[in-house]
Order: sequence, then structure tokens, then C-alpha cells
Amino acid sequence: MRHALNAEWTKLRTLSSTSWLLLAAAALTVAVSAAAAAATSCPAGHCAEDPAKISFTGIYLGQAVVAVLAVTVISGEYGTCMIRLTLAAMPGRISVLAAKAATLTGLVLLTGAIAVAGSLLAGRALLTGHGFTPAHGYPALTLGDGPVLRAAIGSALYLALIALLSLGVATVIRDPAPAIGTVLGLLYLDPIIAAVLHDAHWHNIIERYAPMTAGLAIQATTNLSSLPISPWAGLGVLAGWAAGALLLGGLLFRLRDA
Amino acid sequence: MTDSTMTLSRPGDTASRDGFAHLLHAEWTKFRTIRGWAVATVVAMLVTILLGVYGGAHSQNECPSGPCRFFLPTGPGGEAVTDTFYFVHRPLTADGSITAQVTSLSSVIESDLTPQGPARTQPALVPWSKAGLIVTADPRRGSAYAAVMATGSHGVRMQWNYTGDAAGLAGRASAASPRWLRLIRSGDVITGYDSADGTRWTTIGTVSLPGLTPTVQAGLFVTSPAYSVPASSGISGASASGGPTDTTATFDRVSLRGGPSGSSWTGTTVGGARNSPYATGSEAGYHRTDDAYVVTGSGDIAPDISDGTPIDGSLAGMFIGLIAVVVVGALFITAEYRRGLIRVTLAASPRRGRVLAAKAIVLGGVTFLAGLIGVAGAIWLADPILRANGNSVYPVSTLTEVRVIAGTAALVAVAALFALGIGAILRSGTGAVAVVVTAIILPYLLTAAFPVLPAGAADWLLRVTPAAGFAIKQTIPQYPQVAASYTPSQGYFPLAPWAGFAVLCGYAAVALALAAFLLRRRDA
Repeated sequence: MRHALNAEWTKLRTLSSTSWLLLAAAALTVAVSAAAAAATSCPAGHCAEDPAKISFTGIYLGQAVVAVLAVTVISGEYGTCMIRLTLAAMPGRISVLAAKAATLTGLVLLTGAIAVAGSLLAGRALLTGHGFTPAHGYPALTLGDGPVLRAAIGSALYLALIALLSLGVATVIRDPAPAIGTVLGLLYLDPIIAAVLHDAHWHNIIERYAPMTAGLAIQATTNLSSLPISPWAGLGVLAGWAAGALLLGGLLFRLRDA
Repeated sequence: MTDSTMTLSRPGDTASRDGFAHLLHAEWTKFRTIRGWAVATVVAMLVTILLGVYGGAHSQNECPSGPCRFFLPTGPGGEAVTDTFYFVHRPLTADGSITAQVTSLSSVIESDLTPQGPARTQPALVPWSKAGLIVTADPRRGSAYAAVMATGSHGVRMQWNYTGDAAGLAGRASAASPRWLRLIRSGDVITGYDSADGTRWTTIGTVSLPGLTPTVQAGLFVTSPAYSVPASSGISGASASGGPTDTTATFDRVSLRGGPSGSSWTGTTVGGARNSPYATGSEAGYHRTDDAYVVTGSGDIAPDISDGTPIDGSLAGMFIGLIAVVVVGALFITAEYRRGLIRVTLAASPRRGRVLAAKAIVLGGVTFLAGLIGVAGAIWLADPILRANGNSVYPVSTLTEVRVIAGTAALVAVAALFALGIGAILRSGTGAVAVVVTAIILPYLLTAAFPVLPAGAADWLLRVTPAAGFAIKQTIPQYPQVAASYTPSQGYFPLAPWAGFAVLCGYAAVALALAAFLLRRRDA
């Protein structure tokens, strides 16, 4: 396993696309978060907006970049037939997948932490200037505040779980373009379809069990009692999706020829 | 190509003209023989249809006592209308006039509606409460009319046939500054006037109501639309809270010329029994004191934009189809790079711009056709199911329906072309799919389906990102004379349908132009 980890880490580290994608994920997350904070204001107090959620809006875009990286980790090897070399050198397929998952999770967690910290700083600076002040009932965003800390840690964990979900889906599908299409469809389309269908039953199900909407419940810091699913339970639902995709991917990885 | 240029050109050019046909044929062969692409395109089409039918089958319109049939009247222009008001009227023959002075206008909101006892009320300003004079063909809902009125905060207006609206005197009617109103009928033509003093009259507008019966109903009317406050937003769309309002107006010095002798004023609640919970207040009626009439009414005479289902509500599956064709579009070029086939393609046809053009034509044609079948199938199959389930589908003109169906199919095709262009630029299928899906779908998600951004930012995003193209499927226009929350989450786009679609086309065109340039510049 140590060799597998070392091998995967070397592959990931030496690809120039990895550092570019991670940089892009962090930069885009912070940029979109800052733009969302700049566009939101609370002139009179008691606004509907959740300042922590606004500050972490960039995760919506950052997750797409993370998904691209995760898909490339496995599909890229199929594209160049590198996968045969990898599996000839390390025949234990589950440990190959586990090593890929571990290195990917580490890198994404680190990037996520940087992106979340940057978003929080940007949001704090911009939102205070836009009426989210203690006078209006909004203390400045700080990690010392329990819910904000949970939202920040949870957002980084969310990105890591999205990476694992994407890795699992890409292991199942193998071809990178359909794999990323499937991942982004799974994340972005559920709420759109629920909204267009106008069906209360589906709204309910999708709010609680779709990977993105459930997982992002972790970002809520206000009106917690009206959430369709509690923050940690929501992240748990996403973890379930990621585990399911990885299990299916691992099974097929073992059963199929490379 | 003309004959003269044919003779001037080199002999090879006739061959190259055939060459383009061959190129198209080659690209078409590549497209149809790769099973995954053909399957993805057909699946995109079928999912669009099936989800439309599923949505129709599962949208039961429930009334307290089981499924209900909901009747949405249509106005003379064919649009769905709401036509509820209190009407104090008398017959009016071919030529005549009605004049009155509005001396007060005040509204209340009904709150805490309970089955037991009357509702509590609180005074409020209802901007589009209306009190004035109306001439209407008959009291059936949706019939032709012309009216002049004082409003809560939009001054004096002349309105006709639900969508027509013209402004008169500004300011609010009160005892100190009453508003004089007058309608003169001359055959089919009705002219509205207003005046601040009853002596100097100004024409607001003249409208023709073709086919007006010789005897029409004319009189005083009061309406008061439901107020609504957009509440929490979220996945369920923005929910709104609100309630019915009542407006009471005092009319003085009422005079009607041209009525048959012996007729007297009658009070009628027009469109009284409606299913919409906020339509009718409980206090509608009128009483007379000397020359003055105090009339209370509720409802609205306006286009209806809240009680029906728009036809594009059946297009949920189109989003899945959109992602499928984006994947196919990206792969159409990137798969060639991945397999090295691009070198064979470019060796066989060295003029690279033409290769890209042939790919664009084949891809655009196939995805447009698949989109057309999918979208038309979804809308046409879901429509009877929706109606059978008690929903009112908003009537649209044939032109609008063609625009929505062909436009949405074109949206799907242009998204595929955008992916083709980005694919040729990035030469990576993963990157191309990620860029195109996030550029088209994510702004729509954040503004319309799962609104996390404030309305101002949402409007801006739907103007400058490729998601502007979704404006092509908007069917219900914004009406300045109907107060509503015209936000993307309610289905209203900041750009006009074709303008929004042009933004998406612009993105695709720039991507394809850059792709053609890079294809020529770079080694394959």
C-alpha cells in the first residue's frame, strides 16, 4: 500500500495539469465567493441571506474543477493506456484505487482549506461593508463561531467528497468526457429538474437526497430549524453517494479488463 | 458560385466543392457509426420527451375537495386573464357617455383568514388597486372592455382588453383633489378622458373594440389585486406569502347619457367564485348616499400570470439532453485527438477550417433535429395530460409556440457547437464538457432553479453568461400593470428571448472562430 501511495502521489505530483487545476479550483472558488459577497447587501437588517452561505458561494463552481481533476486521475490513465502499466506493476486493484482516493483526498482537502479560508476572508471584508454588521444582527464572520466553523470545515470536506464521488463515477464510466458530464449532471441538474417539474414530492426528495443540495446543507448557519436536512446529515448523504460510487467503481475495476 | 468565377478559378475548385460534400459525408459517417454518440443523442431526445410526460402525469392540481378543474378565461388577444371586480352597471346603447368623480380610494389587507368569522383587516396601500368607469361587452369573464380609472399609486390610467395601458393624470385621488373620469362611446370606438376640475378634459386614449354589441354594460368598477411578499427562496422556488385586499372608492356626480330609459343601477360581483384563494375579498358591494356611490371590490382586470402552467414547464428533461449533446459535441473533436484520428482527417482534407465547418454542420444538424423532436414531443404530449389533471396551461400564440420549440431545439444545438469549439481549443474532452456545462447550466442553477444569488446579481448573470440563452423558452411576458416578482426564479429573464439566445450564439461563434484559428496554427 505504501508503494501504491507513493506511485500515485508521484503521478499526481508530476502532472502539470494537477497543480493548474488545484490552483484554478481555489482561485475560482474565492473569486466567485467574493463576487457573490460583493453583490449582496443588507441595508436594513433581518435579511433572508445567510452570510456564511454567501461567502462560500464559490464552492458551486470550485466543485466542477475538483471533479475534472478527480475524473482525470483515473480516466487519464485509460486514455493513454497507462492503466495497463499501473496494473502490471501493482496488481492489487483495490489498493490502486484506494491509493488514488487517498492522494486525491489529501490534495483536495488542502486546496479546499485554502479556498474556504480565502472565501471567508473575502466574504468577511465585503459583507461587513454591505450592511451585514453587528448592528443589523450579523456579527463578523469568524471561525470562533461554531456554525461558521462547521460551515468552513464542512465546505472543505464537501469538496473532498465531490472528488471521491467523481473518482468513483469515472472508474465506472472510464471515458472522461461522459464521466464529467455524468458528475456535473448529477450535481447541477437535480435542483433544476425539481424546480421545472414543480412537484412538491420531488422537491422534498431532492432537497434531502440529491448529492449537491444535501451536501451543501453543511454551509447553513442561519434558520437551521427550517433546513430540510440537518447540516451533518446532509454531508452524510453526500458521503453515501461517494461511497456508493467508489464501491461500484471498485467492483467494476476488479471485474473488468483494463 | 457563379459561372464567371468558375471559369476564373483553378480546375481543382470544382473538385473542392465536391470535396466539401465528401467531407460532410465523412463527418456524418463518423457521427453515426460511433454507437455511443448515436445512443447519447437518441437518449437525450427520449429523456426530454419522457420527463415532460412524467411531469404532466404527476402535476395533479389539488383543490380542498379533491382534484379540481380550473378555468382560466382568455381575453380578446388570446392571453389568459384574470377578470374579477365589483361592477355597478347600467345598459348603454350605441352612442353615449359616462362621467364620474373619484373622491376617495383606500384599501385594506385581509389577514388571518379563518373559516369562522370575518377576517381582520389592516389599512394598506395597494399600488394597482383600481376604481373607475368601464364599458364592457358583457359581464362574461374575458370579454372586451375599455376603462378609465384612478389607481392606488399609478395615477389615472386608461386600460383596455387586459393588456392595453395608458397613463393619464398623476397623483392620488382624494376629496381635496378628486379625479374626474369620462368614457365616451361612439359605435365601436371608446375614448377615455380625465380632468382635475371637471371642466378642462384631456384625452388619455382612444380604442376600438370591434364587434361591440349595440347595448353594452357601463358603470363603476372597483378591483384590488392580492398583495404578495416574496418570502424565502430555495429549491422549492421562491415562495410568496400574501392575501386578498379590498378597495373602497367613493364616486360622486355620476352621470350616464345614452342608456335606455327606466333602467337602474345594478351591483354585480364579476368572476366571484374563483379557485384562487386570494381573489375575492369578503366585503364586495356598494351603497348609495345622495349622488355618491361607495363601492368596495376585490380582484383584478389584467393578464393572468400566476394561476396557470406555462408550456415550458414540460421541458425538465431538456436539461439532461443538453448535457448529453454537450458531451457528444466535445467528443466529436476531442476523440479524434485522443485516438490520433485527427492526423488522418487532416491528411485527407488539409484545409482545416473546412473540416471544422463540416463537423459543425453535421453536429448542429443532428442535435437540432434531436432537440426538435424531443422538445416538441415533450410539449405536445404533456399538454393534454396536464389539462386532464386539472391544470390550466397558458394559451400561447402559434408564433410563440414555434419560437419556444424551435428556439429550445436551437439552444441545444448551439450548446453542442459551443462544446465543439471549446473541445477544439482545449483538445480535452473533460475540460470542454466541464467548461460548457458550468458556463451554461451553473448560472441558470444559481439564479433560476436554486436561487442563492440576490436578484440584481442574478439578472446580471443571465445577461452576460451563455445561460442567457434560456430566455428563448420564456412564454409569459412581463406586464408593467401587474405587480409581481419578475425574477429569474419565477421564469422571467432579463433579456428578450431572441436577445438572450443571441448571447449564447455569440459565445459559440467566438469559440468556433478561435477553434478554427488554432486548428490552422497548431500542429495536430
